[in-house]
Amino acid sequence: MFKKFIAVLTLGMLGFTGAAVAQEAPDVFIKRISQEVLETAKSDKDIQSGNQQKILDVVQSKILPNVDFKRMTALAAGRYWREATPDQQKRLTEEFRDLLVYTYAGAIAQIRDQQLEFKPMRNDPSDTDVEVRSQVVQQRGEPIQLNYRLAKSGNTWKIYDLNVLGAWLVETYKGNFASEISKGGIDGLIKTLAERNKKLSANGIAKNAKS
Amino acid sequence: MNTLGRPLLALSMVTILSGCATTGATGSDASARNPVDPFERFNRTMFTFNDKVDQYALKPAAIAYKRVVPSFMQTGVYNFFGNLGDVWTAVNNLLQGRVADGVSDVMRFTINSTFGLAGLIDISSDAGLPKHNQDFGATLGVWGVQSGPYVVLPLLGSSTVRDSAALPADFAGNPWTYVSPDTTRYLGTALRVIDLRAGVLDASNLIEDAALDRYEFIRDAYLQRRANKISSNRERGADSVYRALPDDEDLDSKTDNGSSLNGGSAAPSAEPATRGDAQQEKAPAAPAANGSQPAFIPAPDGDTRK
Repeated sequence: MFKKFIAVLTLGMLGFTGAAVAQEAPDVFIKRISQEVLETAKSDKDIQSGNQQKILDVVQSKILPNVDFKRMTALAAGRYWREATPDQQKRLTEEFRDLLVYTYAGAIAQIRDQQLEFKPMRNDPSDTDVEVRSQVVQQRGEPIQLNYRLAKSGNTWKIYDLNVLGAWLVETYKGNFASEISKGGIDGLIKTLAERNKKLSANGIAKNAKS
Repeated sequence: MNTLGRPLLALSMVTILSGCATTGATGSDASARNPVDPFERFNRTMFTFNDKVDQYALKPAAIAYKRVVPSFMQTGVYNFFGNLGDVWTAVNNLLQGRVADGVSDVMRFTINSTFGLAGLIDISSDAGLPKHNQDFGATLGVWGVQSGPYVVLPLLGSSTVRDSAALPADFAGNPWTYVSPDTTRYLGTALRVIDLRAGVLDASNLIEDAALDRYEFIRDAYLQRRANKISSNRERGADSVYRALPDDEDLDSKTDNGSSLNGGSAAPSAEPATRGDAQQEKAPAAPAANGSQPAFIPAPDGDTRK
């Protein structure tokens, strides 16, 4: 009887441990995807020379699934988000996502020999909204501060804000969004973003890759 | 320190305002005056001016420099002027009460100036003394002086009222200011500016794509960075080694929260030394360069304001 109790207890605890192991800590999560992106970029000559398709593939497979664009867009749009129809929200999210992808994909093409260093996490293990702090160490100049804000999403985490050199992405776009919306409404903003994205995809990101 | 801050701020504002008589909410568009940017019209004009100078003079020079000058020489230029800047950075770190960082910067300067051949080689960074970046505006901020509104300075780029008022101190604290044949001094300054611009060429290209309105984007990113720098300077407290941990009471029990313990009790040159001091433009991940100078040279960097 007692042995059975122990067996059940052990199984239960194993199950509990299993669930805990499946949940990565947020900084481990970021470390892992950053390493994957860095390694892919450093080892692929096509990426380093600015091959747009390849870069977009990397972004699509390794980065996009881990970012919560809807939340990012909602935060950047601020109070205007609630005034938008679901269709507008969807289109705005897509255009903003594309803008970020085209723009920052160029940054991936510039990865050469930078290293990432992670700072100790200051969050409680039970937090569902955390900040991971890291920095990019490069040959020339001081380390670049790079922080992420993540929110728990099911069993994993999703990034919803990025801080580079002390400026949060969402905060920085809020101003741009607000003025576009006050000029032409949400549709005006969507239109501006769409035009910008068309121009970016036509130019290709190759021009940003040359350094 | 508000008693010191207010007259200083008032003096600065008077100085700036006297130079721009037409500033004000005379714009006819419906968008309200931005409370953080009351000088917006003046600033936009100055921003456009700086942009033109950058487009026609500085950027081409920087592109040529980057292509033609051998990279070890570029590094030498960067290190040389960076080394001179470490002097004033050290002073400001000490003024802000960050003794560990200040001492580290003094050591950086000493080592680089001697073993690093007058600063051409940056040995100190490899030796574990990271490069910091402090200017007098940041020191004033840490002392409690409010930043005041955003200001775009001719050629120097993004700044705030407080930081503009602090510029004379930054000039005085830069050893290069005292180099005596004028032509040598001007040439050196030009070289430094071009080198810095070359360092942020990629970041500036990214911003052109990323921003819907470059002026706003740069302004908002700059103000955030500045505020972040000053608050993290303050937060790290008077001396990184003696900073009180937020969970001081739980020191004994929270052994699994080892990260916060390590963060506080680590050696001065470890984690605390680099937090909040990151100030370089070449951003591989995203372009939030702080958009100063003709376009993208770091304004917070005290020794580059020339």
